[in-house]
Amino acid sequence: MNVISTHIGQPVSRIDGVAKVTGQAKYAAEPHPPGMLYGVVVNSPIARGRIETIHDAEARQIPGVIEIMTHLNRPHAALFEKSYMDGLGVPGAPYRPLHDGEIHFNGQPVAVVFAETFEAAREAAMLVRVDYERWPHNANFEVALHQKYMPSKTRSNYVPPKPRGDAAAAYALSAVKTEGRYHLAPEHHNPMEMHATTVIVEDDGTFTVWDKTQGPQAVQAYLASALSLSKDQVRVRNPYVGGAFGSGLRAVYNVFLATLAAKMLKRAVRVTLTRPQMFTHAFRPEAVMDIALGASRDGTLQSMIVKGVTDTSRFEHNMENIVIWGLINYRCPNATADYKVAPRDTYTSSDMRAPGAATGVNLLEMAIDEMAYACGMDPLAFRLHNYSDIDAMHDMPLTSKALRDAMAQGAQHFGWHDRSMIPGSMRDGRELVGWGMATGIWDAMFSPTSARARLGQDGRLHIATAASDIGTGTYTILAQTAAEAFGMPLDRIDIELGDSALPECPTEGGSWTAASAGAAVWLACHSLRTKLFAALARCKNAPSWARQDSVKLEGGALHGMNENAQDSLSLSDALSLTGQDVLEAEETAKPGLRGKISQMRKARFTHSAVFCEVRVDPELGTVRVTRLVNAVAAGRIMNPKTAASQIRGAMVMATGMALHEDSLMDERVGQFMNHNFAEYHIPAHADIPDMDVLFVNEHDDEVSPLGVKGVGEIGMCGTAAAIANAIFHATGRRERNLPITLGA
Amino acid sequence: MTHVSVAVPCRLQINGQGYAADLPPSVTLLDLLRERLGLIGTKKGCDHGQCGACTVLVDGKRVKSCLILAVSIPDAAVMTIEGISQNGRLHPMQQAFIDTDAFQCGYCTPGQIMSAIALLEEGHIHSRAEIREFMSGNLCRCGAYNGIIDAIERIVAQQRGNHAGEAA
Amino acid sequence: MRSFSYSRPSALDEACQGAESVRFLAGGTNLIDLMKSDVERPAHVVDIKSLPMRDITDRPDGGLRLGALVTNADTAAHPLVTGRYPLLASAILAGASPQIRNMATNGGNLNQRTRCHYFYDPAMACNKRSPGTGCAARGGRNRIMAVLGTSDACIATFPSDMCIALAALNATVNLHGPQGERTVSVRDYHRLPGDTPWRDNVLQPGEIVTAIDLPPAPFGPHHTYLKIRDRQSFAFAIVSVAVGLQMEDGRIRRGSIALGGVGTKPWCVPEAEALLNGQPPSHSLFRDVAERLLHGAVADRDNAAKIRLAPRVIERALWQAAVGTPQSQTDKAIR
Repeated sequence: MNVISTHIGQPVSRIDGVAKVTGQAKYAAEPHPPGMLYGVVVNSPIARGRIETIHDAEARQIPGVIEIMTHLNRPHAALFEKSYMDGLGVPGAPYRPLHDGEIHFNGQPVAVVFAETFEAAREAAMLVRVDYERWPHNANFEVALHQKYMPSKTRSNYVPPKPRGDAAAAYALSAVKTEGRYHLAPEHHNPMEMHATTVIVEDDGTFTVWDKTQGPQAVQAYLASALSLSKDQVRVRNPYVGGAFGSGLRAVYNVFLATLAAKMLKRAVRVTLTRPQMFTHAFRPEAVMDIALGASRDGTLQSMIVKGVTDTSRFEHNMENIVIWGLINYRCPNATADYKVAPRDTYTSSDMRAPGAATGVNLLEMAIDEMAYACGMDPLAFRLHNYSDIDAMHDMPLTSKALRDAMAQGAQHFGWHDRSMIPGSMRDGRELVGWGMATGIWDAMFSPTSARARLGQDGRLHIATAASDIGTGTYTILAQTAAEAFGMPLDRIDIELGDSALPECPTEGGSWTAASAGAAVWLACHSLRTKLFAALARCKNAPSWARQDSVKLEGGALHGMNENAQDSLSLSDALSLTGQDVLEAEETAKPGLRGKISQMRKARFTHSAVFCEVRVDPELGTVRVTRLVNAVAAGRIMNPKTAASQIRGAMVMATGMALHEDSLMDERVGQFMNHNFAEYHIPAHADIPDMDVLFVNEHDDEVSPLGVKGVGEIGMCGTAAAIANAIFHATGRRERNLPITLGA
Repeated sequence: MTHVSVAVPCRLQINGQGYAADLPPSVTLLDLLRERLGLIGTKKGCDHGQCGACTVLVDGKRVKSCLILAVSIPDAAVMTIEGISQNGRLHPMQQAFIDTDAFQCGYCTPGQIMSAIALLEEGHIHSRAEIREFMSGNLCRCGAYNGIIDAIERIVAQQRGNHAGEAA
Repeated sequence: MRSFSYSRPSALDEACQGAESVRFLAGGTNLIDLMKSDVERPAHVVDIKSLPMRDITDRPDGGLRLGALVTNADTAAHPLVTGRYPLLASAILAGASPQIRNMATNGGNLNQRTRCHYFYDPAMACNKRSPGTGCAARGGRNRIMAVLGTSDACIATFPSDMCIALAALNATVNLHGPQGERTVSVRDYHRLPGDTPWRDNVLQPGEIVTAIDLPPAPFGPHHTYLKIRDRQSFAFAIVSVAVGLQMEDGRIRRGSIALGGVGTKPWCVPEAEALLNGQPPSHSLFRDVAERLLHGAVADRDNAAKIRLAPRVIERALWQAAVGTPQSQTDKAIR
C-alpha cells in the first residue's frame, strides 16, 4: 500500500503514557469487585509422585478462610487433556491443574486457599500440609540428553531443517575447521508484573476474567474448553499487561484456578502468583548446540553441521527452531542440522522472547566468530564474505534483506574499522577492551487479524481489536495507523485492546502484531472512509461538494477540493447529515491480501547487526558492557521512538542472557532454586550502558500490507553473541556457555 | 501453631489525607495501599524488596512499601504516585518519562518515578553513572533503562536551568 | 506471613523481655522478607523503632558511636562517617539499594541472615532454619555459598557488606539485655555454624544491639571496599574485601582486612593481617596475605570459583588501599 506518512513513522509518544506514569493503568490484579476473595496457591515441593493426604484443618481455622480448593473438592472441569490444549500448539498432554493427585513437576499447584483478606489467605496457605508418595524423577539436563528424541507429532510452528550438499564430507575436506559444544542456561521471563487473574462473576452468572495474558481470546477458548463453559460465558480482559515476553502465551495455572474457584464459590476471586511461583511455569529451555563449521582458507564457508537439543517436560513436547538459522542466513554449499528434545520431570519449557532464535542465533553467531578468527578474518568481513541474499535453506528469495546496509551503518556508527584484530590488544588502564559483533535474524510474521473502526457522534474514531499491548507500543502504533488511514488527528482516536469480545486477533507474540493488527486497522479505517463518503453521497441534504468524489478527509474533517477548497464539514456534522448515530466498519487482514503478501513464494525475515564493547578485568574476570549499537533492518518502522525502545529492551534482556540469567536447577528436587529477583539477576540500571539503535531504510512492499516486519524479538538475536564475541576479543578466551558469569 | 493477631491502630497521612484504622499488624504498607485503599499505582513486583516497583516516599524518603508493616510507621507522611500530580497536571518527572519513552509495559514505572523524584532530593545526580547506580534498586524487565536515565537528566538540567535563572 | 502480636515499646527494658518466639523489628528489610517466606515465624514482634539509639556521636577516643537504629543511608551520608570512616560509607553504599538503605538499620545489618536458597525455602532441609533437618545446600546449587568457616551442618554465607567493613575497622558491638549491658568485638559477634548453625551470632534471647563503636581508623586514603558480584549493583557479594592500611614512609605499619561473600561470618585472619606489619607493599606480600586468608577454604559442588577468585580480589584491594585509590561505588571500573 502506498502510505504517505503524516503519522506512521513519526516518533509519537505513547498514547497510554499518562495512564502508566500516573499509575492509573489497570493490570490483571487491580480490579477489586465487591466481596472478592484472595486466592493463594500451595505448590508441590516434589517433582514426581502422588498426593497421599492433604491436611488443611489448621489452615481452615484461620479467620476469614472461606475455602481450600484441591483436586478432591474442586468442581467439575474437563476430563480429557485434549480440552486443555491452548493456542501454542505444543504436542503432548497438557497439564490439567488440580485434575488428580498425581504430581508431574515441582511447583505444581496442589491447593488454593481462598480468604476474605490477602493476609488470611497467605497465612493459611503456609499451614496447608501435604503428604506425598515420592516417585523417582529426573530433572538433570545432562541425564535427559541421553533420552533425547524427536516427537512423532511436531509443534505447529516447527521448521524442520533442510539439508543441502554433503556436510560431513565437506567438513572432512575443509582446510579450516571449528567445532564445539555451546550451552545456554534455562531462563525465566520474569515480567515485572506477576501473573494474576481477577474473576468477576457478573449478574447473569457469566465470568469476566482479568488475566495477565498475551492472548485474551486464546485464554477465553482455553477456559471455555477446560471448564466446560460456552465461550459467551467467559470474557477475558487484559487492557494492560505488565510485560510478559512469552510467559503469557499459554494460559498460566492461576487463570484456570481462579475461574474454577469463581465457579465453585460463585464469588469474585483473585489469584496472584508470588515471585517464586513465577519460576513454576514457563521458562526458556536449557539448550546445547554442537556446531561444526568448515571453511576454505579464504574464509568461504564450506560446511555447517548444527545439532541442537532443548529440554521439555515429560508430558509435552515443546520444540524450538534453534538449528535452522545458520542454514538460512549463510551461503554455505553443504549444511545439515539435527534437532531433538530432552525430557525432564519439570514443567514444560516455553517460548521466551525470540524463542529458538535467541538460543540458536546467539550460539551460532558465537561459533561463526570462532570460525572467522580461525580463518584470520575480521568477523564482519567474514560474514559479508559468506552473505546470502536468499533463504539459503529453502533456496527461496527474500522479500527484502537490508542486512548489508545494517552491517555497514552499524559498523560505521560504532567505529568498527578502528578495531584491532588481535584479541587482548586493546586496553584502557587495567581493563582489556573488547569489540565484538554478530548478526541477528528473526521471522517477519503475519497472522490474520480483524479490527473495527467506528465513528461516533462525538466525532471521535474508535478502533477495536483483541490485540494485547504488553508494553510493545501497540496502542500507539495502531492509533498512528488509524490516524494515517482515516485522516484523523491522533488525539481524536481511541484504541480499545485487550478484550476477548473485540474483533479477532491472534495472541500477541513473535513480533507479528504490528504488521497484522496494523494492516487490519488500516483496512477497517479505509473501509469506514469509503462508507462515510458513500453515505454522504446518498445524502440529499449534504452540501454538494461533499457528495462528489472530490472530497477529502484530513485533520479529522471533510474538505472540499479545487474550487471547493474553502469548504469543510466536521465529522460529527457529517454523521448527523447521514442520519446515523454511528458508522462502523470491520475488516480482516489476511495473508495474500491483494496479492501483496507472498508467503509462499518468498521468505520473510528481519535482520540486524549488533556491535558491542566490553571491558574485562583480566585478573578478576569482571565484565562490563560499555557500548552497544544495533542496526536493524525491519521494513517500515511505524514509530521510531517505541520501536527503538523495543530493540533496546531486547538488548537489555540479551545482556542478561550473556552475563546474568541462569535459573539454577537443583535436580535432586526438580526445582529452580534462585527463584527470586535477588538471586536470579536481571540487568539493573548499572549494568546497562547507553545503547544506540539505528533503523536502516528497508522498503518492502511484499512482507506485509504496510511493509512492516515487527521489532519485538530481533533485538535479542545476535546481541548476546556480540557480547560473548567482545569478551573473546578482550581476553582471547572463548566462553561457549551462556551466561558468562564470574569465575567462568 | 498459629498466633493471635490483634488489630493495631494505624494512623497515616497518605498523599496529604489522613487515614486511621485498626489493622492486623501483618498488613504491609503496600497491601494497605493497593487492597484496602484502592491506590493501585504502587505496584507489587516481588513482595520481597528486590525489585523496587513498590517504591513510595515515607516522610520524604524512598522506601519499599512491601517490607513495611503499615502499623509500624505511625503518623508518617506517605506519598505515592497518585499524590505527585497536582490539579491534574503531571509532575515534571512524569512528563519527562513520557517524553523519553522511559517505560514500555508501565508496571515498574510508578516505582521508578517515585525513586527518581527522591534521587533528585538526595542529589546523587552528578553523572549518568551515578544516576544509574542510585536507580539500581528499581528493576525494569522491559529494559527502558536508557529512557529513564534520559528523563532524570532532563529534569536535572531543567532544575539547573531554573536555579541559574533564579540566580540571574 | 503468620499471625503475630505487635508492640511498640518506648523504653529499652520494656523491649527486652527475652522469649525465643519474639523478634525485634527495626527496618524490617530482612525480618519481613523472612516472615513472608515463612522462615521466621515470631509469635510476637517488638517494634523497636521508638527506642532511642538513633544518633551518631563522637567518642572520647576520637572514634564514633553509631546508634543501632540509625539507617544505613543516614550512616553512610553522615559527615562524621564520610570524613573519618569512608571505608564504612563505601561498604554501606555497595550494599542493597537506596530504598533498602533508607529503611535498614545498623543493628539490623549486624543481624541479617543468610541468602542461602535452601534456608529461604521451608520445604528444604536446613539446619539453620530448622535444626536437625540437615543441609540441602551441600551437594545442591551452592555457587553463592561459603567456602570458609563452613561445617557439615551448614555452608551458608553471611551476606552483609557493612559488617565486613565493621570487621576491618575492629568495631565493637554494644548489647543490652535482661542481664544488663555488655560489649563484643564485631569480629566475635557472628558465630561459626559448627553444630549449631541456627545461632548466627552471640545474641541471647531478649538481648538487643544498642550501638556500634568505631575505634579511630588512621588509614587516611589507604582503604577500600572492593565488591565483586554477579551484576554491577543491587546484588550480594560473590567476594568482597574491606581493607584499611596504616601507611608510614611507604610501609604498612598495620593492616586490617576482612572478607565478605566467602565466609559463614565476616572473615578475618589476624595472622594474615600480621604479615602486613612493617612491610612495604609488594605482590609477593599481598599474595601471601591472600593465601593465608583463604587457608582452609573448602568448596562444595558449585562454588570453587570463589576460592580461585578471592585471592585476586584480595590482592587488588590491598593495592587499592596501598596506593590510596579506594574503589568507587559509582564508577564500575575497578582500578
